[in-house]
Amino acid sequence: MLLSPYATLGDRLRIGVLIGWCALVLAFLVLPIFVPVPLSVNSEAFFTFPLAGFSWRWYEEVLGSDQWREAIWHSIVIAIGATVLATGLGTLAAIGLTNPRLPARRVIMGILISPLIVPVVITAVGAYLFYARFGLASTFSGIILAHTAVASPFVVVTVGASLANFDRALMNAASICGARPWTAFRRVMLPAILPGVLSGAAFAFVTSFDELVISLFLASADQRTLPMQMFTGLREHLSPAITAAATLMMSLSIVLLIVADRLAHRGRRD
Amino acid sequence: MGRSVALPGAASVAPVTDPTLAAAVHRAARGQRLTALLLVGPLLLLLLFSFCFPIASLLGRAIYDPTMADSLPRTAAALQAAPDGVPPDPVFAALAEDLLAAKQDNSLYAVAKTLNSLLPAARSHVLRAGRFLQPGQPATRESMTGADPFWGEPDTWFAIRHGVQRFTTTYLLAAIDLRWLPDGGIGQVPEGEAIYRAVFVRTFLVAAAVTIATLILGFPLAWMLANLPNRLSGRLIMLVLLPFWTSILVRTAAWTVLLQKYGLLNDLLLWLHVSSDRFDLMYTRTGMIIAMTHIQLPFTLLPIYSAMRTLQPSQMRAAYSLGARPFTAFRRVYLPQVMPGVAAGALLTFILCLGYFITPALVGGPADQLISNFISNYINVELNWQMAAALSFILLALTLALYGLFTKLLGVDRLKLV
Repeated sequence: MLLSPYATLGDRLRIGVLIGWCALVLAFLVLPIFVPVPLSVNSEAFFTFPLAGFSWRWYEEVLGSDQWREAIWHSIVIAIGATVLATGLGTLAAIGLTNPRLPARRVIMGILISPLIVPVVITAVGAYLFYARFGLASTFSGIILAHTAVASPFVVVTVGASLANFDRALMNAASICGARPWTAFRRVMLPAILPGVLSGAAFAFVTSFDELVISLFLASADQRTLPMQMFTGLREHLSPAITAAATLMMSLSIVLLIVADRLAHRGRRD
Repeated sequence: MGRSVALPGAASVAPVTDPTLAAAVHRAARGQRLTALLLVGPLLLLLLFSFCFPIASLLGRAIYDPTMADSLPRTAAALQAAPDGVPPDPVFAALAEDLLAAKQDNSLYAVAKTLNSLLPAARSHVLRAGRFLQPGQPATRESMTGADPFWGEPDTWFAIRHGVQRFTTTYLLAAIDLRWLPDGGIGQVPEGEAIYRAVFVRTFLVAAAVTIATLILGFPLAWMLANLPNRLSGRLIMLVLLPFWTSILVRTAAWTVLLQKYGLLNDLLLWLHVSSDRFDLMYTRTGMIIAMTHIQLPFTLLPIYSAMRTLQPSQMRAAYSLGARPFTAFRRVYLPQVMPGVAAGALLTFILCLGYFITPALVGGPADQLISNFISNYINVELNWQMAAALSFILLALTLALYGLFTKLLGVDRLKLV
């Protein structure tokens, strides 16, 4: 594909240089992500190679200390709350958006997508000052609400993409066969768009679980999340426990990436 | 193709004249509209409450601040009649009355804070006035300036005159290093106090550097991925998506480990004999740009990749067979067609870079902080919400303007993940 069968020596050289460059770029993309992994099982508290020896002590520190455990628990609770809200409401909104009769469709689409574009500090500061008036600052509900706002566009986009391949005539067919709207949705539309819904949910979960800036503004010590715990650690004293936490967070991302990728492929095959 | 196709006998089909049928069609359409709105409604309401109103209210603070107008009503009224500069006794009497009343209902601190954001160091003077003013003793210009010369300064009164206005452009001007002059014109802030324009320029320069770096790194890789056999490129694209999915914080954490003076990157440079010395990379602009480039690379690359995927290879072959040299074919046939993807990727990265917060905070030094870090600092450290709002206002305006350009090039409906 890269070379024509009649390539000259010069062509081959150019392609060779290009492949070398691309290999370097790929290494630059991927290797830094895996740097924390070996360091997280280092027995010494240094960030240098070669490693001194193997030990699980940093994982014990992360999974054993109350502070880290609480932070992980808070992150999970918040991410589940935000995922449920964002997936439920986002799926409904995506279905509404594909209806050509929806008035002011472009404006509504713009609003639903805007949390992706607005710098997150502005979202966070706005929420911080506004939620205080409703007693939502420093509460789990407040953080879940703000995380739902930034996670929902992912659901709207992924579900919208799978709805683009869904034939709406099937819904008419279902209703002609006597299905009520809810039955038609549950038995006809939902199975068809389920891969999109689930991969949107995976996106939403990761977005909330990894979110730092909004949490920094909205959460107090009682709602401290895993990214906040890491951020404090990175700012104050760089402990290898951070590499263990980073490895855990990254593993979760990889698992969800694979799940979402499988779902997307299945969605396309259908 | 044709919008209207004349069917035999079509002319004889009259528009729907049966009133009951027309009404039924109308009702069905209205029903569908309503259903669509009801489906979109819940998320729309949630976003309005949790996202749109908070931001609108934040931006409002940049131009609307009733704190001083509400707390100093008598001063505001008395100032109406007073000439410019330091006002006569009645205004001082009104001010003293207002300040005492504010002390009574615990709003003195809010007044001090607001005046402080207009005039640095004013806070302590206002709080001090709250202590030396005594109820029942009418204050005069002499008594107040005697107790604290601050109240005899023209600058103080210039700030108070501005502060008692509910609507103000002072903060927005301050966010671009401008101020109102006593003669009513607009001028530059003094040399030593001007910071924001430099911060906006820095944010733009960092965003531009990162965008260019991602293009240089990403364009060839996108080309290779688009031209490799599907199986192989499918595997390799996973390698691009992997960092895309890993949180910014985790990647920044990895870079803080890598960029240490005795970290891996310096080890590598020494080993390759690139340099004989270790570089300071942590808390520098270079280190920050390297980390940001790493984080943004997939955002630039993926739109370019999808534009290249849709291009037919036969077009390049046609160009060659028509006698174009490889470079000419690339410049005249390939590049123009992948340009929308390049523009989309570059703009996306540029827009996202404008809002960077975590990486500058962790990897950048004090002189590398971007606009978001200043906004956060105003909220958490300086407690100056008006300035935070004004900076947010300008940052958001810039972001939305660039995003407008983005949708003009691509269309919001085509916003896709990957």
